[in-house]
Amino acid sequence: MSALLAEVPYWGQSLLRVLGGIVAVLLPAGTIVYIFLFKMMSFMQSRLGPMEAGPYGSMQLFAEVGKWLQKEDIVPERADARIFKMAPVIVLLSTFLLVAVVPFGPDAWFTDFETGIFYALAVSSISVLGILIAGWSSANKYSLLGGLRAAGQLIAYELPMVLAVVGVVIQAETMNLQKIVVAQNSGSMFGIDTFGHPYVISQFIGFVIFMIAIQAELTQAPFDMPIAESELVSGYMTEYSGFRFLIFFIGEFATAGVFAMIASVLFLGGWGVPFSWFGWTSIDSIDNWMNVVGPLIMFTKMMLLVFIIMWIRFSYPRLREDQLQRFAWKGLIPVALLNIAVTSILKVVF
Amino acid sequence: MSLTDRVLGDRQQLAYIASQAADARLNVELETEGMTLNIGPQHPATHGTLRIIARLDGEQVVWAEPACGYMHRGYEKLTEVRTYPQVTTLVNRIDWLGSFANEVPFILAAEKLMEVEAPPRAQHIRTILFELSRIANVSLFLGDLGVQLGAITPVFLAFRDREYVLNLIESATGGRFHPNFDRIGGLKDDLPAGWIDETRAVMKKLRGFCDQIEDLLFGNEIFQSRTRGIGVIPREVALQYGLSGANLRASGVDWDLRRDHQLPMAWNQADWKVWTHPDGDSFARCWIRLQETRESTKIVDQLLGSIPAGPVMAKVPKIIKVPEGEAWVSTENPLGEMGYYIVSRGDLGPFRVKIRSASFNNISITPWLLRGVYVPDIVTILASLYFILGDIDR
Repeated sequence: MSALLAEVPYWGQSLLRVLGGIVAVLLPAGTIVYIFLFKMMSFMQSRLGPMEAGPYGSMQLFAEVGKWLQKEDIVPERADARIFKMAPVIVLLSTFLLVAVVPFGPDAWFTDFETGIFYALAVSSISVLGILIAGWSSANKYSLLGGLRAAGQLIAYELPMVLAVVGVVIQAETMNLQKIVVAQNSGSMFGIDTFGHPYVISQFIGFVIFMIAIQAELTQAPFDMPIAESELVSGYMTEYSGFRFLIFFIGEFATAGVFAMIASVLFLGGWGVPFSWFGWTSIDSIDNWMNVVGPLIMFTKMMLLVFIIMWIRFSYPRLREDQLQRFAWKGLIPVALLNIAVTSILKVVF
Repeated sequence: MSLTDRVLGDRQQLAYIASQAADARLNVELETEGMTLNIGPQHPATHGTLRIIARLDGEQVVWAEPACGYMHRGYEKLTEVRTYPQVTTLVNRIDWLGSFANEVPFILAAEKLMEVEAPPRAQHIRTILFELSRIANVSLFLGDLGVQLGAITPVFLAFRDREYVLNLIESATGGRFHPNFDRIGGLKDDLPAGWIDETRAVMKKLRGFCDQIEDLLFGNEIFQSRTRGIGVIPREVALQYGLSGANLRASGVDWDLRRDHQLPMAWNQADWKVWTHPDGDSFARCWIRLQETRESTKIVDQLLGSIPAGPVMAKVPKIIKVPEGEAWVSTENPLGEMGYYIVSRGDLGPFRVKIRSASFNNISITPWLLRGVYVPDIVTILASLYFILGDIDR
């Protein structure tokens, strides 16, 4: 973005960045909710889903938002009001912080961090704080259980996620997300550079672990114990209503979108196409139209990954809390460590 | 103590020790208080207004007790001011998912007192409708099971396929939920034209639904890890608490009133199997119900082919007066044994009716069963015990 906006004054650049960030968070969230939550889920369950608001119910989301905005903002009497009100904002905040490092095209990025992925993994943990204080400040037993479950779960799955990313970082030799994209698209597999080198192939184990971990980070079924409608009555969100619930809701699906973007950057080659197709050699020689096509490619890959997340969410029952922890500590983490060891050995050998 | 040693499974015993230890830890070591969690009266896992008072240490249940009565409607008392034909309207609201099955034992008890017997055709159709209401009831259980465990898709499939069965019941009786079709001495009407072929097609669909649920839910590793070994009821304990129906058969007791009681119904004319399971855990209870739905479709299919000709109503007086006496009839309803004890003084209405409903006995085991389990398992166990609130509180 810096190259595109070189002539724009600083305040203008900042404003455009903020607007771009809002679009990059809310547009995928809305699309995910409509296509997957409303329509795909309905088709899987032999029903039509919303059909009345707009063509094929496409305006349903606006109707829902309108409904939520009208509702009373209830704060329970014994709740810690200030913190209670703050919690959903903190959750959404982490999503916005996360999208700041995601590259959408050769020049279409918000910030170009040298340690981008490190930053992304760090800020994604902020949402845990939001959920924990939401659970604690609600003065509700179900919320408290949900908040504690969320804290335990999100911390447990942070680790396999970080470890899965380490394999990619070793292969790409950088933590900069933009450079990871370039490394994948300009690379070659077994001397063939037609397809670039998306890390989903050489880091397949890492990819699977990363997808499982983000499923848990997003608290989607089968890892949805913090919400668990049938036992905890929505867990930490029990006491929220109106637009604060809306913020939680947006946060849930926006984070799904942003995590899927990061996964596509790390494993599927992000915004890029294999550079050999158009004879590009480095990031500087890429044609300018990629700044328009790149985000679209990125969006497609994101939708594909979110489709997998949602598919699993709609068809699997939920694990129990202790089974979930066992799965993380005894299953995912050892495999992720092994993956790192093998990756680093192969990196040194070849 | 000898009972505890002999009967309790390993896991149950460990859980019991853990709960005792947790209790001690609560008070001595950390001086923390346990938390009392009221699950219900309004809670998605209780299908209505059952309240489970659970004392928790973290996520583990130290002590739990069901508090029922929030939906008590006084049916036993209400029957005393109704005439016999009017009572069926009341009692088919007890287990509202399989309403026709509630009418049958009452009518049979009244017939027993009056010493009339329904003609064979009526007995056949009664049995078919009885099994249809079992299918409607249990297919919803199979879907609801998924929701309780966090899988949202099965319940919609269940609602879709239950609708076919309800349509059948509606076209035969006129009522989807509350048929009120059974009469003393027979049935209100004969079957409509084309009903038999339609029913055959629906039974085929229902078998497909059972396969689908088996694929989607029972074969799922997460489902199995959530239900296997959870809420184990040993054979002796199940008998002591008076469980009935699938809950008892899942504990390995080969007991089915449809086969064991000699009633004027047509079950003995079909070839079917009583399934039992040796494990007694939640998975066994769910699996037994799945198999029973399949068996029910088989029973219906066979009986459809052999409906005898003749009237559907025996000769009974216009104004029904039941002679003095007492009668007890119970049948194998979708939820378990359901029976009516009728005391008649020779009037138009019963003098006293005692209703034995299955769910009330089935949930009486919860204090024993919930001790030491985790909060998510409460939901699994309640779902697999399968109760209907109307059937508990009457």
